[in-house]
Amino acid sequence: MNRAKSSGATASVTGFSARTSSALSHHMVVARESLASLLATPGASVMTWLVIGIALALPAFLYLMLVNVGEVSQGWEGKPRISLYLREGTSVIEGNRLTLELQQKEDVMSAIFISPDQALVEFQRLSGFGDVLNTLDNNPLPGVIEIESANRDLVALRLQAKGLAERAEVDTVELDLEWLERLMAMLSFAQRLVAALGFVLALGVLLVIGNTTRLAIENRRSEIEIIKLVGGTDSFVRRPFLYLGLWYGLGGAIFSWVLVQASLIFLADPVEVLAQSYHNDFSLTGLGPVMSLQILGGGVTLGIVGALLAVGRHLKEIEPR
Amino acid sequence: MIRFDSVSKRYPGGKEALSRVSFELKAGEMTFLTGHSGAGKSTLMKMIILMERPSQGQVFINGTNLNRVKPAQIPAIRRNVGVVFQNHQLLFDRTVFDNVALPLIIAGFKAREVGRRVRAALSKVGLSGTEKQYPITLSGGEQQRVGIARAVVNKPAVLLADEPTGNLDPELSREIMSLFLEFNQVGVTTMIATHDLALVEKMNKRELVLEHGSLKAAE
Ligand SMILES: Nc1ncnc2c1ncn2[C@@H]1O[C@H](COP(=O)(O)OP(=O)(O)O)[C@@H](O)[C@H]1O
Ligand SMILES: [Mg+2]
Repeated sequence: MNRAKSSGATASVTGFSARTSSALSHHMVVARESLASLLATPGASVMTWLVIGIALALPAFLYLMLVNVGEVSQGWEGKPRISLYLREGTSVIEGNRLTLELQQKEDVMSAIFISPDQALVEFQRLSGFGDVLNTLDNNPLPGVIEIESANRDLVALRLQAKGLAERAEVDTVELDLEWLERLMAMLSFAQRLVAALGFVLALGVLLVIGNTTRLAIENRRSEIEIIKLVGGTDSFVRRPFLYLGLWYGLGGAIFSWVLVQASLIFLADPVEVLAQSYHNDFSLTGLGPVMSLQILGGGVTLGIVGALLAVGRHLKEIEPR
Repeated sequence: MIRFDSVSKRYPGGKEALSRVSFELKAGEMTFLTGHSGAGKSTLMKMIILMERPSQGQVFINGTNLNRVKPAQIPAIRRNVGVVFQNHQLLFDRTVFDNVALPLIIAGFKAREVGRRVRAALSKVGLSGTEKQYPITLSGGEQQRVGIARAVVNKPAVLLADEPTGNLDPELSREIMSLFLEFNQVGVTTMIATHDLALVEKMNKRELVLEHGSLKAAE
């Protein structure tokens, strides 16, 4: 089109570097202007920021709680127990010897031998079936070694139990893991739930920002038409709305950060008192720098993507008529 | 500079707005486009900046066949054509300066250059010192001149005006027309649609007359 610049009408040719630097400065101008336009209507903007903030804070907060529950279970005081049922015919001496040997092991906190006779007494006391058992010729109960394992993690516990089962004196091994397995199952269920909730709320944020951007586009319809009429490119037309989305997302993320942080401060004291009653030197894990950045980055990303979706749908419809 | 080659335009569901229109404007030429209301004047001008596409025929601008122009190339074409269109007036929430500066900012000029050119354009249309004002504080004639300043600030090769004196009194109309004449005199190819036949007479320029979409006479 440069040939179209005819005699007299001086061609509007600008150097490449001048254009890139002015494109950069235009970005800054647009960023500032779109922020200023948000601050010019503080009521509406704060409402939008709060909505986005709450939507982001909820999954972030729940996720943090899961992290904390996971940490509490790491230092759980209820130690996993392994019961070794000894073979029939294993003598009390053999039972005691094995118990002593197991007590030396590093992955064993304590081991207690319960001989068949002791087991019978205990059973009679607890069950009240004393009379029935008295009619039996010999004691049907095996000797048992009760072990408190030092292992905390499921895989290691299973390995330990397997090793113990291979010993000659041992008939069967019972790993009392139900509570741990249940906790882990609940935690992974809760994690999925939080992820699903986070996904749904992120969609909600996209919709909120998309709709807000759509309204902004509608309000600036005549401006968009004029910009297109005088040769504005699509990216030029798009730019202010993308920055609008960015500011909505960033503002919402900052709100959500404050919300999460405030809830943590509010909860910290009672939670720590509760956790420490389990002999835990537990302190509530807060939003570290990484998670803080993730929240801000997530907010900004959702803002820009939400605006992009709205812009993609609605800017094409606006042409000068 | 601008060539129409047997151009017809039929709006969806409508009758033919233009029927086999052919003409050529040389670079630096000034032309009036006249005709009754609904004759197709606006439609013809919109084709030059690709607001409308021909149903048949071809439009060339500076040798470029506009039928071959892809959407992404439209902005580049439009930057070279200044327009004064009735329903694309000023932005009333922006200052006069911002209104006139828009084409320059779009084209990526530096702030200093923008300021210089905006002041030059405003001075040319006789509105120096109004930069900081809002259009609403200006009279109708002044607003029209701000629109003209915006159309010429980027020094386009072509200037299109669709009924630029539509609702101005004869005195103001004459002023506006002489403004266009000045731009034409520095080489801008100019086309003005108007129904002010008396004024056209006085200007003594080429005239294209549309009647029900057909070009009637070319003097
Ligand atoms: N967007 C449109 N859709 C359908 N018909 C249109 C449209 N624009 C213009 N027309 C019709 O095309 C004809 C020419 O209109 P126009 O170019 O605006 O004429 P003028 O500018 O000379 O008054 C008229 O009959 C008008 O009703
Ligand atoms: Mg018209």
